Amino acid sequence: MHTVYLDNNATTRVDPLVFEEMRPFFCDRYGNPSSMHSFGGEVGKDLKTARERVAALIGCDPSEVIMTSCGTESDNTALRSALESQPEKRHLITTKVEHPAVLNLAKHLVKKGYHLTLLGVDQDGALDMDELRDAIRDDTALISVMWANNETGTIFPVEEIAELAKSRGVLFHTDAVQTVGKLPMNIAKTSVDFLALSGHKLHAPKGIGALYVRKGTPFRPFIIGGHQERSRRAGTEPVPSIVGLGKACEIALENIHHENTTVRALRDRLEKGILSSISDSRLNGHPTDRLPNTVNISFKFVEGEAILLLMNELGMCASSGSACTSGSLEPSHVLRAMGVPFTFAHGSIRFSLSRFNTREEIDFVIEKLPPIIARLRSISPYMEG
Amino acid sequence: MWDYTDKVKDHFMNPRNVGKIDDADAVGEVGSLACGDALKLYLKLDKDGLIEKATFQTFGCGSAIASSSALTEMVKGKTLDEALKITNKDIADFLGGLPKEKMHCSVMGREALEAAINSYRGIKSDIHELEGELVCECFGVTDTQIRRAIHENNIGTVEDVTNFTKAGGGCGRCLERIDEILKEELGAKQAKAPAAPSKVLTNLQRISLIKKVIDEELRPALQADGGDLELLDVEGKKVLVSLRGACTNCPSAQITLKDVVQGKLRELVDPEIEVVEEVKCTLSI
Ligand code: FES
Repeated sequence: MHTVYLDNNATTRVDPLVFEEMRPFFCDRYGNPSSMHSFGGEVGKDLKTARERVAALIGCDPSEVIMTSCGTESDNTALRSALESQPEKRHLITTKVEHPAVLNLAKHLVKKGYHLTLLGVDQDGALDMDELRDAIRDDTALISVMWANNETGTIFPVEEIAELAKSRGVLFHTDAVQTVGKLPMNIAKTSVDFLALSGHKLHAPKGIGALYVRKGTPFRPFIIGGHQERSRRAGTEPVPSIVGLGKACEIALENIHHENTTVRALRDRLEKGILSSISDSRLNGHPTDRLPNTVNISFKFVEGEAILLLMNELGMCASSGSACTSGSLEPSHVLRAMGVPFTFAHGSIRFSLSRFNTREEIDFVIEKLPPIIARLRSISPYMEG
Repeated sequence: MWDYTDKVKDHFMNPRNVGKIDDADAVGEVGSLACGDALKLYLKLDKDGLIEKATFQTFGCGSAIASSSALTEMVKGKTLDEALKITNKDIADFLGGLPKEKMHCSVMGREALEAAINSYRGIKSDIHELEGELVCECFGVTDTQIRRAIHENNIGTVEDVTNFTKAGGGCGRCLERIDEILKEELGAKQAKAPAAPSKVLTNLQRISLIKKVIDEELRPALQADGGDLELLDVEGKKVLVSLRGACTNCPSAQITLKDVVQGKLRELVDPEIEVVEEVKCTLSI
């Protein structure tokens, strides 16, 4: 059975070209870049190339890129650094729809005595800028707003928020894990202070991420030890992964147009195909300001996990924002924050594409999904009359 | 992805007895759209009072559908009293087990069955269900339901309370209260419970231990609900009892007997104990 993989916001396949680039660094060029001998030292040059490639994708100087182990570490580093470097400021602003890497850390910080403002979103998942403006206080240390939401793909106006933060003397962090490689960006032209990205969301391996820290931004390392990453992140560099991330960023930059044309067109085809053939289905997320690869659709009166299980039988992989898949029992915090009614929220499916998806795969889903929904609705007690 | 047994998958992929019975004798409905799962159970009795047909309609995840399907298979051919003996654990066992995070699906099955039979017998089950303090607002779960789940399933952690009742699975505001209830219940168990015997008991020791558990642990709980229990005799590992007071009329009496009384005696005295109701008391209060 051919697997139709439409869960790329969860993780992506490693691009074979990325894998090839990494291969020599396991058994041949395995030196430690911190070593005094040239066998290790040589590897340092490959790290430099990788860093340049990451910087090129987001549009910053390579010296502003800190390699980390994942997006979560990048987010944690940004938040903790901002608070530690401004001990007199005790207030933090973020949104209700952040990834747990930010949201749960923020809630944890409240237990440590920090103050937190959580901004709500409207039914499209968009922020109210006035509410944000009003939330800023004299002791606000940091505003953290994701660039785009992982579940719905809704894009936030981060450049505008960064400007606002700067004008009020507040640091700004954006979790751009879902955005990097999907939208063109030139971070140097913005007022963003911190930006988190993750390798496995853009066809690099899992276990590698990066944090952009604007030059001049006060910084406190999260992991303390050796002098790696100019003493901003200790720990021997995972060279193969960093090289892989660099290659993935290079390829992403070459493909950014493709992402916004071909991938977007496939996504639109899927979206239209589903919405037009299945009654009582609706789009979650902003109709236009949305990542080109993401569509989140709710089906009334059926539950997400049951849909996923039947899709799985036919080799289709997607994700559900509903209760039962995550281990928690409520519909996703994102859909709840958007006010998606319960009738729809429990039956939501996120389809997230990549450049490896084909039109045949999309057509397969469009054909196979309606009977799945119909079958579950025929069991549902809510569908009668 | 959950790790489902082949039987769960089979009952999800090929659910038995789907649909409704237009002239059903009993209908039980539990859950809601807000909760993320709901089950409507229909029962049709034959002239001898045996369940001739059972069907269901379910909104929910894979294991909710599988549990419903299993339940309809399990009750067929039983009397209502026999059907009431089915516990959520029986449903899970029938399916070869459920992931612990999904145990609440089996509880929903049991509750629907109870609701159906109660409605048939003219007993308002939601009043019974809503008794007590509302602990979890997200899922409308009361402390009575939580305490019952703790005892019936030998729950020892807050996490398992959520797995079995869903309480605490939403915003999490009620987790502290659940923890308190759990401590109260576990504390009550420990404080009152005579230590479980570590060595083989003589007949005499067994009888006096059974008596002690019934007097100190079980009767006070039953009396609090207006019922009572009398120990009539002990024959080896068979314990003959009689229900009194409100228990005699309670449709859940058999569940009480097997799950609560027998469960407790098995836990504290001997795992092989069989509790049998000897004389049905005709008096009721
Ligand atoms: S009140 Fe119990 S989880 Fe929200």
